[in-house]
Amino acid sequence: MKRRVVSVWFQRLPSERLLRARPVDGPFAVTLTEGNHDRLYCLNREAGRQGLERGMGLADARAYVPDLITRPADLDADRRFLVMLARWATRYTPHAGLDGEDGLVLDITGAAHLFDGEAAMLENMKARLLRSRLSARIGIADTRGAAWALAHFAPGIAPEGKTSATLGPLSVSALRIDEKTATALKRLGLNTIADMSALPRATLARRFDMGLIEKLEQALGTRGEAVSPLSEPPHYGVRMTFPEPIGLVDDVMAALARLLDTLCLRLKNREAGARAITLSVERVDQTHQNVTLRLARPMRDGPRILRLFERPVGEIDAGFGIERIRLEAGEVENLPAEQIGEGGLIEGEALDDLVTRLGARIGLDNIVRFQPVASHIPERGFTEIPAAYGRVEAEWRMDHPRPLRLFAPEPVTSDAARRPPSRFSWRRMRLETASSSGPERIAPEWWRPDEAWRSGLRDYWRVDTRQGLRLWMFHTPQVPGWFVHGLFS
Amino acid sequence: MQDEFSTIFPLTRGRVHDASGPGAAFFAAALAGMTRGTVLWIKPAWFFEEINPVALSAFFDPRDIILARTADQTETLAAAEEGLRSGAVGLVVMEVDKPIELTPGRRLQLAAESGRSIGLSLHPEGAGNQAATTRWFCKPLFSASDSTLQAWSIIKNKTGTNNSWAVRWDETARRIRMVSKTAERAASQGPPG
Repeated sequence: MKRRVVSVWFQRLPSERLLRARPVDGPFAVTLTEGNHDRLYCLNREAGRQGLERGMGLADARAYVPDLITRPADLDADRRFLVMLARWATRYTPHAGLDGEDGLVLDITGAAHLFDGEAAMLENMKARLLRSRLSARIGIADTRGAAWALAHFAPGIAPEGKTSATLGPLSVSALRIDEKTATALKRLGLNTIADMSALPRATLARRFDMGLIEKLEQALGTRGEAVSPLSEPPHYGVRMTFPEPIGLVDDVMAALARLLDTLCLRLKNREAGARAITLSVERVDQTHQNVTLRLARPMRDGPRILRLFERPVGEIDAGFGIERIRLEAGEVENLPAEQIGEGGLIEGEALDDLVTRLGARIGLDNIVRFQPVASHIPERGFTEIPAAYGRVEAEWRMDHPRPLRLFAPEPVTSDAARRPPSRFSWRRMRLETASSSGPERIAPEWWRPDEAWRSGLRDYWRVDTRQGLRLWMFHTPQVPGWFVHGLFS
Repeated sequence: MQDEFSTIFPLTRGRVHDASGPGAAFFAAALAGMTRGTVLWIKPAWFFEEINPVALSAFFDPRDIILARTADQTETLAAAEEGLRSGAVGLVVMEVDKPIELTPGRRLQLAAESGRSIGLSLHPEGAGNQAATTRWFCKPLFSASDSTLQAWSIIKNKTGTNNSWAVRWDETARRIRMVSKTAERAASQGPPG
């Protein structure tokens, strides 16, 4: 059986979603704040008819159309609405899922006959969406790419096996490529998909990246493209609305505990753990406050997560009371079930909780562990990786004496050559050498340009000064000079 | 001598101590080497002297150290308190540049007590933690034969007397060894200039 795919494009999803709730006669637009500018993000038909365009500044638009009614965009709500539409689309086929921010993709292989054929199915979809006051453009073709192209550029049905013929006359923009690539193609005189497919692939690949070829072949069906398992990703969000606004920290924590139980059960059923959990509280005055907890490792242990929330919740300003709280697991990772020992925390868990707590205070990026690197350049003998990734399994070794403290090389005033100077000054201290051992010669890694090693070879010495310092110094014979690079405590 | 030293080092758990002098980093590394568990090392991000994990590997396994970078001393103390109270780490080392006042110092002591962990602040001379249980001054000692020789003096001790020792790090046994009095005399120096 030949695969058939439907692509549905909702041109005006954001504005129509709002208008369904509160219809408006006349020009209407949804605005999105970019930087400190409000721009038109989505218009209704009437606003378009009066000459407004997407991306126009709000102030200009008001000047053209004084009676324009606007509302701010809510991208999350749009997303949720699209997910709801995807659920609705499962009445046509179980394989229905999202396509970008404003579309659906349905795999209707073997399902069309249930609706008396594709044409009738398409009409049925259109009629139902129209009744819900949603304008949609629909394409049906052999491949996901072709269906998308039709929906966006020539709504209709491409008969089985007629993909290239149907797509040929369409603009190259129909290939799901970015604006820049499309412009570049048009400059070369490649206006339509037919122009493009006439060229040898190698020529295209030389001028453009392989992504373009991939898109072309996906649309024409010479390269497969999964209609991704169209089921939406599982949703890890729970909410609670209070009959009476609450304000006490203990009440919020109690509600949070119940939400966490639900959320963690959901995570457990899917053997997943959360790495970031966002708590958002909605106050009586309709304002929101969000707290995001970034965890040092994926977790789904309600009581433990609750303890980590204690401090951030204490900092929430409840104002005149909190009406509703939502809890959502942002980043979810696999977390297979494991045996949990008696008496609470397994080895290492207390440490993870500590890293999480510190992360909430000073930022998770500022907590690191070390990883050894095979390099003879002393300052490159290790790198840092976020402690949230857990313990780094690696072998450390020290072949030559290395100082406990390292810093950027600091020049010292001295004109000694080859052997460490007997007297020199460093950091405004006058120092005298008591004893020294060396040299250990280290050559720059020539394959890696490094500003600090421009002076070439380094001869390292351990220098004990009479003033009670044990320095790690080096001399650069190629560009004479002495530097202090570290301290042996 | 040895007896007295072994009662005082490794430092008492559940307490916060401090150390200064040119050998302070060695002191912290040696203490970490003789303490079980993870080491949390906290330093302000603007301190340009980094600790070198390759050199730490002579004292303990660098896999067991977590480094936290803070914006200022307030953050350092808050992070140290969190680390000490958690009981998840054996030792918390904090690098400070200003004295720790009595109140935050006492808070650190309480946190160390409830987490049964050791706190150690490294500070410039004259900027210690007023609430510290013991205060140490550490500097390298020079001897032709031993490059890890250090002089440790205890200059404040709430639970005993002040004293000083010559010590060296025994890398194979991973412990601090006291050096005999003769070696100490031979290597003794005037106070640092």
